[in-house]
Amino acid sequence: MKGRVDWTAHIVLLLGAVLFVLPVWLVFAGATQDPAAIDRGQLSLLPNLHGFGVYAEVLRGVPGSTPVWRMLLVSFGMALSIAVGKIAISLLSAYAVVFFRFPFRMLCFWTIFITLMLPVEVRIIPTYAVMASFGLINTFAGLTVPLIASATATLLFRQMFLVVPDELVEAARMDGAGPWRFFRDILLPVSTTSIAALFVILFVYGWNQYLWPLLVATDPKLDTVVIGIVKMIGTDAPVPWNVVMATAVLALLPPIAVVLLMQRWFVKGLTEGDK
Amino acid sequence: MERRTIFKGWLLPVAFLLPQLLITAFFFLLPAAEAIYSSFTRQDAFGIRTRFVGLANFADLFSDPLYLGSIWRTVVFDVAVVAIAMSVALVLAVFADREIRGRGLYRTLLIWPYAVAPAVAAVLWVLLLHPQIGWLAHGLTAIGLHWDYKLNGGQAMLAVILASAWKQVSYNFIFFLAGLQSIPRPVTEAARMDGARGWRRFRTITFPLLAPTTFFLIVVNIVYASFDTFAVIAALTRGGPGKATETLVYKVYLDGFVNQQIGSSSAQSVVLMVGVIVLTAIQFRFLDRKSDA
Repeated sequence: MKGRVDWTAHIVLLLGAVLFVLPVWLVFAGATQDPAAIDRGQLSLLPNLHGFGVYAEVLRGVPGSTPVWRMLLVSFGMALSIAVGKIAISLLSAYAVVFFRFPFRMLCFWTIFITLMLPVEVRIIPTYAVMASFGLINTFAGLTVPLIASATATLLFRQMFLVVPDELVEAARMDGAGPWRFFRDILLPVSTTSIAALFVILFVYGWNQYLWPLLVATDPKLDTVVIGIVKMIGTDAPVPWNVVMATAVLALLPPIAVVLLMQRWFVKGLTEGDK
Repeated sequence: MERRTIFKGWLLPVAFLLPQLLITAFFFLLPAAEAIYSSFTRQDAFGIRTRFVGLANFADLFSDPLYLGSIWRTVVFDVAVVAIAMSVALVLAVFADREIRGRGLYRTLLIWPYAVAPAVAAVLWVLLLHPQIGWLAHGLTAIGLHWDYKLNGGQAMLAVILASAWKQVSYNFIFFLAGLQSIPRPVTEAARMDGARGWRRFRTITFPLLAPTTFFLIVVNIVYASFDTFAVIAALTRGGPGKATETLVYKVYLDGFVNQQIGSSSAQSVVLMVGVIVLTAIQFRFLDRKSDA
């Protein structure tokens, strides 16, 4: 095949790329255009270079509704807390299960494992009741803490810790390293690539939540940008199209940036972590 | 597999496990137990007295034509989403695995949609399919189709299927590509020497070797199509028009959270729970076998 261009491959892959890039490009270009023209069905492929002021307008928001900068802040807070929380809690759990012996060790492990089988969607009402009884409805803690348990991350770290050579643990002990030193100076450094990969996956997971904030946060002050954009297209009061599109771009950018910047670790972590 | 060298003491590990166990107990196990309990009970009209009714809620559920309709709709929706999302991803992965110029760029262009939220994917498709402003809608009207997914149930179903499948392609692409790259080159080279070309080589060599990846993805995609597409439906059609896009998960939300029918909604939750448990069990049995090999 050397020297010849594989046209079929190029055509198929270009079509594929267009299939995914075009909708996002249209929204990006549309955000800068005149909403009345869009409304008439004249959405152009070319962005209007004078129309980028819409982003300032959208971020500031209109009086009486939540400004998008606030939604972005809530989304960032939620995605970061969930990603960091899940990683921290799972590292500690996996460490405890792998490197210690104590009563009911495996029971603890299976309890964490079970969360995989109980997504929010199958326990909507009782979860709401529990949240209400803890006073967690319409709080930032309610938005994040219950999502921090992670069977997937715990399983992944457990898998990694199981293959740490016994000699390494033994050597660390000879040097007088206690459990905490061993965790900090040896386990954490060998786990960095997995942690980076998981961070991408979990940041995207947190940013993209929809059902959970819909249930536990009805206060518009706690709207994430994902909730905000769905509200915009769902209202009877028409929102200008350029505003909808600019908000969509702002909702898309952060998770895409995280995936692109950390693509190498992310792909490796996703496919090698067996999930 | 067990470790030989371990640390002593039990206070420290228990402290390490505690945060995760507490969250699991309060926000997962307790609500799940509650759902199971209420699925066997019924409240009187005033919500004061609760009595045990055995399997009556389930009997009602499975004799309710609306529920049976929702099951059927979910099956159609799942099959369509899984088939589209996986076949498009497989074709793209096969070509992205070839040694061509710019394949790194192509891969990046196909991987980033992983980051798009299902709800935001739905918003993008609203803008494409909107009868007034959407490019796709204009195209469909131009070829003489009367396009309005807000009024036409079949079109609404098509819209949620397309948006849901679109969002899942990149996930499947990443896994298919990794699967293809793990096939040893000598195997495909040998097939090439034997004169197996193009389609035949793919069908007899490559595809069978991809079977573990394909099987894993089928399970993951069914879970995605059944549960994670809630946001797509909520943003695009809210289950309508009529009940045209009311899948099982959307119905559980409507009946429980919006219409406050606790007994029926809990029974529906338990049915879904059984579904997830079966799917997770299949997935992990299969993963076990893979790691033994």
